Amino acid sequence: MSAGGARITPYRDGPLLIRGTFTLADQDGNDIAFRGQTVALCRCGRSRQKPFCDGMHKATNWRAASAAQDPHAATQDTASRFVRERDSTPG
Amino acid sequence: MPVLPTPRGPLSATVLTALRGAPGSLPAGTDVPTPGDALADDDLHLALYACYELHYRGFDGVDERWEWDPGLVALRATLEAVFEHGLHAALDGWTPPAADDTTMDLALRAIADADDSPSLSRHLERHGTLEEFKQVVIHRSAYQLKEADPHSWAIPRLAGGPKAALIEIQADEYGGGDPARMHARLFADTMEELGLDPAYGAYVDALPGATLATVNLMSMFGLHRRHRGAIVGHLALFEMTSSIPNRRYATALRRLGVRAPRATEFYDEHVTADAVHENVAAVDLAGGLVRQEPALKDDILFGARALVELEGRWATMLLEAWAAQQPTLRSTPRAEAVAA
Ligand code: FES
Ligand SMILES: [Fe+2]
Ligand SMILES: [Fe+2]
Repeated sequence: MSAGGARITPYRDGPLLIRGTFTLADQDGNDIAFRGQTVALCRCGRSRQKPFCDGMHKATNWRAASAAQDPHAATQDTASRFVRERDSTPG
Repeated sequence: MPVLPTPRGPLSATVLTALRGAPGSLPAGTDVPTPGDALADDDLHLALYACYELHYRGFDGVDERWEWDPGLVALRATLEAVFEHGLHAALDGWTPPAADDTTMDLALRAIADADDSPSLSRHLERHGTLEEFKQVVIHRSAYQLKEADPHSWAIPRLAGGPKAALIEIQADEYGGGDPARMHARLFADTMEELGLDPAYGAYVDALPGATLATVNLMSMFGLHRRHRGAIVGHLALFEMTSSIPNRRYATALRRLGVRAPRATEFYDEHVTADAVHENVAAVDLAGGLVRQEPALKDDILFGARALVELEGRWATMLLEAWAAQQPTLRSTPRAEAVAA
């Protein structure tokens, strides 16, 4: 853990985990309560408990690498994934 | 303290009768026949369960020296060999997915995705009755009232990153140091809200072998250093398949009119807690362990696959029994009081 700071890790195909010293607040400055030392924040957009991850990224087969995305990488991959996501979205 | 359960056959009778006496009194050379189903046999799994409980909370009136009694440990090893052989036989033909330290999360997910056993949580969410829900809670109580303990055996067997990852998970399981927030306590709260007895071990006599086997699996993996990979894989898959089912269980309770926060908190808590734990367990714990000890990769995946196997058999047993309007619990005075 970096001393005194927060460490944010995007996990593959899943949430952002935040560890260390940080506060979580909404845009009006109200604290957002959480338990434990580590929080998982949704980055797939499908959580029903935003801003927290509730595991829904798995039900929708959401895909994202852990490392930073290269803006110049081919878009083909993204297009084929989009189709797959739609196929696998449960009814 | 829990009372000694009632024997169900020759093996459990040998163990449970011995435990009433002084250590050293176990007759040598107990014959352990191979049961028809080593993954569900009532007698085998109650005997094994009793041996393991000596390492957890013990039994009322049982001499604590039995925990390391050489005769009992020797018998336990024989029971474990039968169980382990049964696991390998059931998984005959299964090949662990290819993976390295950077892809253990993908390999574990592949095991979860390949699971085609029926979903208990989906059934309960949509159609389950309160009586069925209570039965599930009783079945689960054998583990959930000591939630996280079997995986804690792994702590001194790990070092560095994987150990830190395990602690990160276990700290939450134990309520971050607040006894009221321990997951085992939250489960006891749910039991109380449902009118069930939250005392540790209260329902053991009612639990069939297939249920006890799910707990024995983690005790066996946890208590043997050689199974440290398997207990890590077991935990990882447990955490990876928890958030969504627990949301369904919470939804089921609310649908059934059980809305007290104290009743649903156990399930609600697990939705977001395990969304954290699954990543820590798959990447930092399992992946981290493979980085340190590459030779454990297949053991980790075996532990995960063994969990899927036993959980699948257990869920199938429940769903089939309900469909046939059969009981899922062994009949004991206590179980009958619940059903009434
Ligand atoms: S990242 Fe997990 S629900 Fe969105
Ligand atoms: Fe938990
Ligand atoms: Fe957990």
